[in-house]
Amino acid sequence: MSHAVEVPQTYGLMAEFDSAQTLLDAAHAVQRAGYTKTDAFSPMPIHGLAEALGFEEHLIPKIVLTGGILGLIAGYGLEYWSSVIAFPLNIGGRPYHSIVAFIPPAYETTILLSALSCFGSLLFLCGFPEPYHPVFNHPRFSLATADKFFLVIEANDPKFSPDTTKTFLGGLGAKEVVSVNE
Amino acid sequence: MSQHFDDASLQSRPTDVIRRMSNKGLILGGIGALVTAMGYFTQNETFFQSYLIGYMYWMYITLGCLGLLMVQHLSGGAWGLVSRRVFEAAVRTLPVMAVLFLPIALNATHLYEWARPEALADKMIQTKAAYLNLKFFYFRAALYFVIWIALGFTLAGWSAKQDVDAAVIPGPEDRKFRMVSGPGLGLYILSITFMSVDWMMSLDPHWTSTIFGVLFIGGAGLSALAFNVVVLSSLAETKPMSELVTKDRFHDLGKLMYAFVMLWAYFSVSQLIIVWSGNLPEEIPFYLRRFSGPWGWVSVAVLIGHFAIPFAFLLSQRIKRHRKLAARVALFILAMRAVEIAWMIAPMVRHEGHNGPNVFDFAAVLAIGVVWLPMFFSNLGARAVVPVHDPYLKEALSHDAH
Repeated sequence: MSHAVEVPQTYGLMAEFDSAQTLLDAAHAVQRAGYTKTDAFSPMPIHGLAEALGFEEHLIPKIVLTGGILGLIAGYGLEYWSSVIAFPLNIGGRPYHSIVAFIPPAYETTILLSALSCFGSLLFLCGFPEPYHPVFNHPRFSLATADKFFLVIEANDPKFSPDTTKTFLGGLGAKEVVSVNE
Repeated sequence: MSQHFDDASLQSRPTDVIRRMSNKGLILGGIGALVTAMGYFTQNETFFQSYLIGYMYWMYITLGCLGLLMVQHLSGGAWGLVSRRVFEAAVRTLPVMAVLFLPIALNATHLYEWARPEALADKMIQTKAAYLNLKFFYFRAALYFVIWIALGFTLAGWSAKQDVDAAVIPGPEDRKFRMVSGPGLGLYILSITFMSVDWMMSLDPHWTSTIFGVLFIGGAGLSALAFNVVVLSSLAETKPMSELVTKDRFHDLGKLMYAFVMLWAYFSVSQLIIVWSGNLPEEIPFYLRRFSGPWGWVSVAVLIGHFAIPFAFLLSQRIKRHRKLAARVALFILAMRAVEIAWMIAPMVRHEGHNGPNVFDFAAVLAIGVVWLPMFFSNLGARAVVPVHDPYLKEALSHDAH
């Protein structure tokens, strides 16, 4: 009758804030203090928050540029293949390879593939699909979609210590600091 | 991290920087003026064509600034607040531009085929004579300047008065700017459409393009934004602008410049696709002239220099946010604007003989600049570099993180 009792691991400490400005100021302070495994949650986009947490993303622009160039080549290639190689049609005596007429569709496929690669790479790099995330263990976390602001310092952060980090977060104007399980 | 800006520091004027910029303009313009003076005595045939190119180059900047001045009053935003004084200083050169139009008006018969009495033998020009005749042409030109000067000086005048008056809160006090700018933009677009038809498109009275007016506006917006970035980049060397025109502002203006590069390309390609697809005898010569002979290479230069290069550079966020790099791209765009305007105007009037691009076309651009730039910089130096009592200023600047 003896179960191996699983001791829940701590995911991290979550601090709750009342305003975007306190969250932003706290994010700056957290980064200055040297924490690196952090995350923030807000009901609306906050300008400068990602930078305040030291978040840098250089991959998406490169993926989008690649997508755009591929879209341009694919679109133009499709046009060239269909009207010059596969099915040449004489339309009003114009050349089969009509660069001017080829511009709009090639432009559109460029936009299409850049937009799709932007959206797709964003979702992929954000980790979607992710059916489980520990932050939802926080009882008040659903308020992050209403009017509360949350800041997380993960337990696997090298600087993390359950007590000092908790007092540190408490000193940043957090309404409440809760330890959340994995 | 919001910064505190007090009145006195905002009011301080970067006189040295402005004088330095003005001197650079004078040296460059002085060289152009000398070459242009030479051209006056040696280039009888094409002198006024070059003059028109030089004149229109600065008209694109001036009118672009007038349009953006009204747009930023309507849209709000920090990019407009830091650019407003540049736009106003440019708009206040309009009376001088009206005087500089006189050589074109007085030599209209040189420039415009339809203005010559013998042109009425041409059936097509004859049917257009009700619109394309000198009296009506002069009347319209006067009307355009009345509209532009009235709009520009009303807005710039109120803005100067705002500096002296006590600060106001957002609301009815500054609503008048928007009440003028809204209908003003309508008048602006109409007047510019007609102006571009009169002064540029009618150089070839057989040719028509319905997108010509907006193509002008797209080019004007690009000219004005690029000029604005160059000026702001220099102003941001010293206080107070170094604290106001942050990386974020250059990023905003860079994105706008990028949008206008695209807009110009979009309008240009639209015109090309329609004319190319129609392949009509009265329309297609426009491109036949530009795609062969001496203008063929200029067309390639415009495609690469006016579109591909700015497009590629402005894709990069780092360049847009970098004060000096952004200014370099903007300077390059300003240089390419001269090529594009010469490419647009000259082939319409240089049918035979000396029909290629001409060094005097670009000398004239510099020569008009020798008049325009000192006017602009003295206008700019005469006021605080930002609208210090604008009710939205403090709020707009407080969002900046350094």
